[in-house]
Amino acid sequence: MSDTILNIENITKSFPRVIANKKVTFDIKKNAVHAILGENGAGKSTLVKILYGLLEPDEGNIKLNNKDFKVNSPAEARRQGIGMVFQHFSLFDSLSVKENLILGIDEKMSYSDLENKLENISSRYNLPLDLDAPITALSAGEKQRVEIVRILLQDPQILIMDEPTSVLTPQEVESLFVTLNALVKEGRTILYITHKLEEVISICDTVTIMRSGEIIDTSSTANQTAKTLATKMLGQKLDDLKTNYGHIKEEVNFEVKNISCDFNDPFLTDLKNISFQVRVGEIYGIAGVAGNGQSELMDILTGENTNIKSGSITFDNKKIEKYGPQKRRDLSISFVPENRLGHSAVPELSLSENILLSQFPKNNFIRNGIILKNNVDDFANNVINEFKVITPGNDAKASSLSGGNLQKYVIGREISSKPKILIISHPTWGIDAGAEHSIRESLIELSQNGTSIIVISQDLDELIEITHKISVIYDGNLSKPFKTSEIEIEKLGLLMGGKNE
Amino acid sequence: MNSLFPSIVSRSQSSGLMNFFVPIISIVLTLITGSIIFVLLGFDPVYALYTFFISPISSTYGISELFVKATPLALIAIGLSYCFKNNIYNIGAEGQLTMGAIFGGGIGILFHDTNAFWLLPLMIFAGAIGGALWGLIPAILKTKFNTNEILTSLMLVYVALFILDYLVVGPWKDPFGYSFPKSRPFSESGRMPLLFDGLRVHFGLIITLFLIFVSWFIFSKTIFGFQLKVSGYSPKAARYAGFNQTTLVFFAFAICGAFAGIAGLAEVSGPIGLLYRDISPNYGFTAIIVAFLGRLHPIGIIFASLVIALTYLGAEDAQLFLQIPSAVGFIFQGLVLFYLLGAELLINYKLTYKKLL
Repeated sequence: MSDTILNIENITKSFPRVIANKKVTFDIKKNAVHAILGENGAGKSTLVKILYGLLEPDEGNIKLNNKDFKVNSPAEARRQGIGMVFQHFSLFDSLSVKENLILGIDEKMSYSDLENKLENISSRYNLPLDLDAPITALSAGEKQRVEIVRILLQDPQILIMDEPTSVLTPQEVESLFVTLNALVKEGRTILYITHKLEEVISICDTVTIMRSGEIIDTSSTANQTAKTLATKMLGQKLDDLKTNYGHIKEEVNFEVKNISCDFNDPFLTDLKNISFQVRVGEIYGIAGVAGNGQSELMDILTGENTNIKSGSITFDNKKIEKYGPQKRRDLSISFVPENRLGHSAVPELSLSENILLSQFPKNNFIRNGIILKNNVDDFANNVINEFKVITPGNDAKASSLSGGNLQKYVIGREISSKPKILIISHPTWGIDAGAEHSIRESLIELSQNGTSIIVISQDLDELIEITHKISVIYDGNLSKPFKTSEIEIEKLGLLMGGKNE
Repeated sequence: MNSLFPSIVSRSQSSGLMNFFVPIISIVLTLITGSIIFVLLGFDPVYALYTFFISPISSTYGISELFVKATPLALIAIGLSYCFKNNIYNIGAEGQLTMGAIFGGGIGILFHDTNAFWLLPLMIFAGAIGGALWGLIPAILKTKFNTNEILTSLMLVYVALFILDYLVVGPWKDPFGYSFPKSRPFSESGRMPLLFDGLRVHFGLIITLFLIFVSWFIFSKTIFGFQLKVSGYSPKAARYAGFNQTTLVFFAFAICGAFAGIAGLAEVSGPIGLLYRDISPNYGFTAIIVAFLGRLHPIGIIFASLVIALTYLGAEDAQLFLQIPSAVGFIFQGLVLFYLLGAELLINYKLTYKKLL
């Protein structure tokens, strides 16, 4: 077949405890956007890492333009015509855009040649760049442009994009799609790795769906809907979650008023006059692109940072902004920070021991400084059973659990003590769809039983699915809240991109 | 073709079994390397190793001496594990030991002609206080000024040694000591009771075993032990849990200092009986090796202290019977530490040779 650029045949790759790719076989057509769709852990990343020379397959062959393709380094892959833009950028923050581009070139090139080439690429593919700006000053979208330009300088036939929209605002996504279309028009091929269904339908021509390391289906996107794709991707039917406003009480039980905080640190975002109110049983969402003050705000809500410039936090008529985490837990406030390993859980400790990181007054875990191991073990077993955590037992180390299982366990630990308020950051970050669904379900159930929940998340779909109100954080400012059921995505996108009205 | 130099790649999971065998593998490798060194020096390795490791403990007296040396090593090492578990690198135990000897010994000198049941307990208490206070200096510097405890605790070792030096040639010099740099001997009730007639092994061993047991209890059963562990593994998780890390740093240093102080006092009131310049053959530094060889576990530390104590005795015998410098003992200690760290690295990482085209 002449219009096939890449044949992937029987690629198998196994890791110590898991087979990441099982006899993966499919073809990629020239001059198209080809999606690889799958949930986290489906084997997408392993496959593209093999294509890009970062991993060596155990078995199987790859043919590029009908010739055997075998590389064992990214530099070699680029020479043969495959470029890749990673989800996490690999740029030098303190250097300028131009310097980063120069560093990324494998072959020798004169300076004027480079500038000409850059100009050409910028205008042809809708990739405007300020060459002298330092990387630190750029938004995620701009950084991604630098990455794309860097790869295009080497004129690849195939461009691999790994979850390219995960850090972008909706407007930046639009602009990325314009670029991708321009690239395809020129005869290049895009391999588009994603777990977002809408993107597959709107921009991709063909889609390969992966599940647990295997290819489920490769077909044209023409007659697919988000539903059909989702069913193939997840392999099971998920119930639709329904947001319900009926149980929310009028009474406000958590109020943040005019919180400001300066850090004097270029890597942290100062918080500016943040205010919001949460009512009993309400799920309040805080949306925003990463790095706009979410983790700084989270630290202040949990009490890990009590060093604020001004403002107050009121809970049940008590001023708590100076309380540390334990004192807040004593008031039945519970929190789950974004990072599981090393923040909400200690990977080296057993599941049982991890229970002790978060103690509430009603838990009977300690007497006279001595740990009551039976009580802790019972609690751990309850969490494991009730939240269907897959693990050999409560003595398994936290690090041995998959991301989704550990997150279920951590959230289970917090929910089991029936807190009056749960503050949670990125509840389903980096976990599989099954765990994602069950976590969202338990959050909704918790709110219906009268717990107020604050969810900080970058995932708009998630916030729209579970919250009652959403506001957007941008550069340390929090927007006014919008009722989720009446919200316009357009509007949220603008706010996330820093455009107010 | 493979590349010339291997690259170090993290293992996805370290083997629990191998983890357990690390100390044993290190000791075996140390013995092998040691025999090579002996061969190069022109000795029959079997005879040399016998002289080094077997003959020192082939008599009751030898075994008693083994315990005399192991006592301070084990006591300091268990104290150090409070710090190391909390990821605090206190390497100033030698100074804390010296300060304990000065405080406790000072009481002994003050009451040199008193014979009373309370004298020894008071000296032990003063020794603990002296060591703890010396340990708290780097703790304060670390928590208030964010200094690196490795440097401050190490530098304080030399300060403590100079203070001891000054005292034994100056104000605390024995008036009947013919100007030798040493203090008056302590009174009989200021000495650690001997456990067996004619052997030097003393009551310090009982104190050490007791404190090791207490530490085992603290590490495995109490919330304080748990807090130390969590804040060592992940300071962020400790902050999330609401553990007060400043307090933990203070406690870890104070406990470690107190244990080292008691060890110092046990030395001067045990085998030595007075204060002079060289009260410790680097017990405070060697205990670092003991702590890691024992994997910061109470039982492990007991065995490790015996193994390392043997290198002290072996070095003495080697000097006597093989006419090689007793510094060979330090070579063995160094080898153990080297193989220990090496084995630890290889448990968590593997070497791979990347294929070149």
